[in-house]
Amino acid sequence: MSATTADHARTKAKTRKNSLHKQRLWALWGSYAALSVFVVIFLVPPFYTLMTSLKSSAEISAQTGSPWMVNHPSLDNFWYLITYPNFQTYYINSVLVTIVTVAVSMVISVLAAFSLARMGFWGSQTLSTGVFLTYLVPPSLLFIPLFQIVGMLGLINNLWCLILLYPTLAVPFCTWIMIGYFSSIPKELDEAALIDGASYMQILTKIFIPVAMPGIIAATIFAFTVSWGAFLYPLAYLYTSNQMVLTVGIISDLIRGDVFQWGKIMAACLLASLPPIVIYAFLMDYYVAGLTAGATKG
Amino acid sequence: MAEVSCRKVVKEYDGGVQAVKGIDLDIADHEFVVLVGPSGCGKSTTLRMIAGLEEITGGEIWIGGDVVNDVPPRDRDIAMVFQNYALYPHMSVFDNMAFGLKLRKFPKDEIKRRVDEAARILDIGMLLDRKPRALSGGQRQRVAMGRAIVRNPKVFLFDEPLSNLDAKLRVQMRTEIKKVHQTVKTTTVYVTHDQVEAMTLADRVVVMNHGIIEQVGTPQELYHRPTSRFVAGFIGSPAMNFLPCRIDEAGGGGLSVRVNNAVQIPIPAARTSRYAPFKGKEMVFGIRPEHLTQRREEGRPGFEPVELLVDVLEPMGMETMAHFFVDGAPVCARLDPATEAAPDVMLALTADMNQMHLMEKDSGKVV
Repeated sequence: MSATTADHARTKAKTRKNSLHKQRLWALWGSYAALSVFVVIFLVPPFYTLMTSLKSSAEISAQTGSPWMVNHPSLDNFWYLITYPNFQTYYINSVLVTIVTVAVSMVISVLAAFSLARMGFWGSQTLSTGVFLTYLVPPSLLFIPLFQIVGMLGLINNLWCLILLYPTLAVPFCTWIMIGYFSSIPKELDEAALIDGASYMQILTKIFIPVAMPGIIAATIFAFTVSWGAFLYPLAYLYTSNQMVLTVGIISDLIRGDVFQWGKIMAACLLASLPPIVIYAFLMDYYVAGLTAGATKG
Repeated sequence: MAEVSCRKVVKEYDGGVQAVKGIDLDIADHEFVVLVGPSGCGKSTTLRMIAGLEEITGGEIWIGGDVVNDVPPRDRDIAMVFQNYALYPHMSVFDNMAFGLKLRKFPKDEIKRRVDEAARILDIGMLLDRKPRALSGGQRQRVAMGRAIVRNPKVFLFDEPLSNLDAKLRVQMRTEIKKVHQTVKTTTVYVTHDQVEAMTLADRVVVMNHGIIEQVGTPQELYHRPTSRFVAGFIGSPAMNFLPCRIDEAGGGGLSVRVNNAVQIPIPAARTSRYAPFKGKEMVFGIRPEHLTQRREEGRPGFEPVELLVDVLEPMGMETMAHFFVDGAPVCARLDPATEAAPDVMLALTADMNQMHLMEKDSGKVV
């Protein structure tokens, strides 16, 4: 009797284990399928860009052969761009605008977030919400009134107008991210530092910034993306080659009339994508969650 | 080293809630004082006001002979150990301990000497290169103590430092804290809700409740001579038994505690005059479980027999706790582990009435 019961229990356990195994297998297949679709959607355009950038104009316009394959690969398009003075100017301008934007945005965001999250002054809560609300205003709504302001400042067709404007787009969201990170740091850490003799500035630089590094990196990536990829503002405010950044420079220089130099445009896109790829890959290594592990009882 | 004083200290939060209602407290140099009380009694707020982490609404706090009401925490020369350790996660143990000294621009060799000395006292010398995440709870708490010791401050403040540790480690760390205090002898204010911690560590215990100090005294004073029902019930584990009673006249000019018709216990002659003014009044009778035993003490003055129906027995190895109900009020007695008591059976007990307490019903004041 007892042996039969034991056998029954064993069979039941085995069936449950098998069904669990099957469920897990299906879940795996499902996630692989979904990821494959995702990968195809996101990787096909860069692949096409790469293929086209390696082709000559003649090969691009030829009606024969598959557009996905390259028959006579060449780096001519890349070489042309690298040695093309206008492209070099766009690149340098983009790098300059982005470095200054990221630096200015991060300094403002970190200081603002620290004071809003930690210093608990009168109205800090309302101000925090206000900061986030400003992020909800679409930049495309602002560029006309901003044009007036930029015009008044005499910065139309001047690279510095972007350095002035981009932080207004990046700071609210970066501050919001940083408020979240700073708020997650246990209050006892700043209290311990206060008792240890630290000033608020020392608490920020010696405790909060190192501990909230993942948040700072996330905010930095956001500010970088805002600045590097912006199209509307440079299109509206800049019109000479020596002031242009990559996003508008590529289309205004490499589309001449109704002639699209596809090979060069694609090569320029790839070259322009290089800094984000390198920076993302580099920063992601430091983007480690759980840096606060061990600070307090976990 | 310094004495700490609170003079009519009040803490009122926005909305008029008073967390601390004008406390007066004097802590002597080298003294180890424990603030104990239930959650929300104002003990942590008091400690944080001494630390300078909370502003004081009224009154004065003195440290080392100076009023420090408006002095920022860093200039009060205090060190604090937090419940959740509050170690800097990105720094090594050495850097955590050295942080305060570096900010105060101590020379490097002096910092090293002090950290090594604190590490030796706390036995964490081999952990100095590790990050806090690589430490166990007990080790983290030791580092937090080390961070306090290296500063050689006037006052140590501990805010429930053992609450996050498991029971075994808590006992071990309790001993270590006591040992550290015996070594460095710094004036210490320690907050806990655990009365055992308070009793074992303190030179003097401050029992707080609803923002006021109920009683200040040595552990023995609080245990044997509580001044209120709250202190009597808070100190001691298991807690003191409380039974509503009336003081009746007994034969021979004596008095007795009358709980009900079945439970009527004579009061020792030595206390008759003390309790005489309360004759005929409704009072609360208090007796600790350890003064309600099965020991045969016939004939000894003050030891009176009581018979109660056992409800539940809790064998604990070195003793057995017996629980009873008298008129709906729970009563606990400490029995010998070899007891033959059984649930739902009447048990003959001896009440040591020399240790009894009598309290006013409304005010809870011990008379």
